[in-house]
Amino acid sequence: MSGRLTRRLGRGLVRGLPLLWLVLFFLVPFVVTLKISFSSPATAQPPYLPVIDWQGGLEGWSEFLQALDFQNYHMIAGDALYRDAALSSLGYAALATAILALIGTPTAYAMARASARWQPILVALVIVPFWTSFLIRIYAWIAVLKPEGLLNGALLKLGLIAGPLPLLDSSVGVLIGLTYAYLPFMVLPLYAVMSRLDPALLEAAADLGAGRARAFATVTLPLALPGLAAGALLCFIPMVGEFIIPDLLGGSDTLMLGRVLWSEFFSNRDWPLASAVAVLLLILIVVPVVLFREAELRREEAAEGRGR
Amino acid sequence: MSPFARSALTLALAFLYAPILVLIVYSFNDSKLVTVWGGFSTRWYAILFADGPLLAAALVSLKVALLSAAIAGVLGTLAALALDRHGRFFGRGAYTGLLYAPMVMPEVITGLSLLLLFVGIGLDRGIATIVIAHATFATGFVAVVVGARLKSLDRSLEEAAADLGAAPLRVFLGITLPLIAPSVVAGFLLAFTLSLDDLVIASFVSGPGATTLPMRLYSQVRLGVNPEINAASTLMIALVGLVVLAASWLTARRGQGG
Repeated sequence: MSGRLTRRLGRGLVRGLPLLWLVLFFLVPFVVTLKISFSSPATAQPPYLPVIDWQGGLEGWSEFLQALDFQNYHMIAGDALYRDAALSSLGYAALATAILALIGTPTAYAMARASARWQPILVALVIVPFWTSFLIRIYAWIAVLKPEGLLNGALLKLGLIAGPLPLLDSSVGVLIGLTYAYLPFMVLPLYAVMSRLDPALLEAAADLGAGRARAFATVTLPLALPGLAAGALLCFIPMVGEFIIPDLLGGSDTLMLGRVLWSEFFSNRDWPLASAVAVLLLILIVVPVVLFREAELRREEAAEGRGR
Repeated sequence: MSPFARSALTLALAFLYAPILVLIVYSFNDSKLVTVWGGFSTRWYAILFADGPLLAAALVSLKVALLSAAIAGVLGTLAALALDRHGRFFGRGAYTGLLYAPMVMPEVITGLSLLLLFVGIGLDRGIATIVIAHATFATGFVAVVVGARLKSLDRSLEEAAADLGAAPLRVFLGITLPLIAPSVVAGFLLAFTLSLDDLVIASFVSGPGATTLPMRLYSQVRLGVNPEINAASTLMIALVGLVVLAASWLTARRGQGG
């Protein structure tokens, strides 16, 4: 074999193996899910109809296609449960993202302004909880938030409240859980941008008479916006589909799409409907991603325009 | 640092660590009530080590984590090499998107759609299907870790080897791989802990006989707070802590030509 051929073969393998795997186990499953979202549930193995008849040739295919319908989507559009779940998923994710931005911005700013010796330690401190089990970290909050839990106990002892607050099994619990679990995803992109800011810019602002707060609002914050946008997206997308947090910290009335999908699949065994919920969830997520990409492209173009 | 920024940072770190500390402290609580301190005791650890189903689930989790992290380690390293070394190839944007999308995709979607694929092609559900699922979502994480190392790599050694007539594979095995090895191991360890941690995807794609540790813990957590789970959690945190230390030691060595 010639050298050039082996070289091309090698490149093909390097690029192709991960591609093949991800197409097979990430892209194709979505197509299957889309197909099953147009099927009907059945008491069979597998529990949905129609199933493609590979031996049936063209006729089998057309029969298969005719048996598909929009029944599950009609159901989702018609039943208030799914609409409410979609709206409240978006609401929880948006509210938690806003809280994260409020907490994450000063945290990342403080990290970026810490001494060079401290910065890697602080970054590690923010990352380490991300390595420990998600389930365990959310479980840990149950003992803190319970009516007879540590937080209520401390507040009662301090005399700040008269009776225990309903923190667990409520929307407050879900918001605390979301904020807690996704804080590193907000802080790290913000820190990445802020630590690269030229300190001369802040010195210039100070020389021109701006106080610390003003310099932060007019220099640091606008320059950190790309980090804020990236952090918001990294948090918002998985939060919309979150399951563990609403399940453990939310009440029985806490509706989120991830939880609805889970119960359609595991409790009701309605795979086609669960698939339709998955498609709906995916659409809700893809929209902000596309908007973000558009904004990023526009910014890049604007930056290139200025560079010329 | 301004006092405001300093207190924000302190509060954020306290917020991140307080629940974990509470959990660890109460795993040594003699009382069965999680909120009442009944004195120091290690009895929950003794109960834990006598809990057969839990230990069996832990073994399943370890197997799955090792296998899936090995696959994700290879695939993620290859993908990082392709993105770093192949320039602006056709479909590069889509390639990057496909690589990183599984990292943010809600787990319920990944889990459900993989299960539907496995059922559709008639693959028996069990340890193998969980391994495939975990390798799929961990590949992107490995690619990020290895990609960061590749970006900061000094290319002159590889160029010198190529100039001296070494074939690309030989350059890779002799020069590139030893240089990026610490980041490959770090990526492997990250994939390992992600697999050990996953509840949602494993619940969808596992079959009878393949219960992972998080699945077992979840079924008990649903019944309420239980000191035995605190003990199990503390051990898992300790294990992951060791893994993190190993990973950060490996990445810290990169400046020394490791």
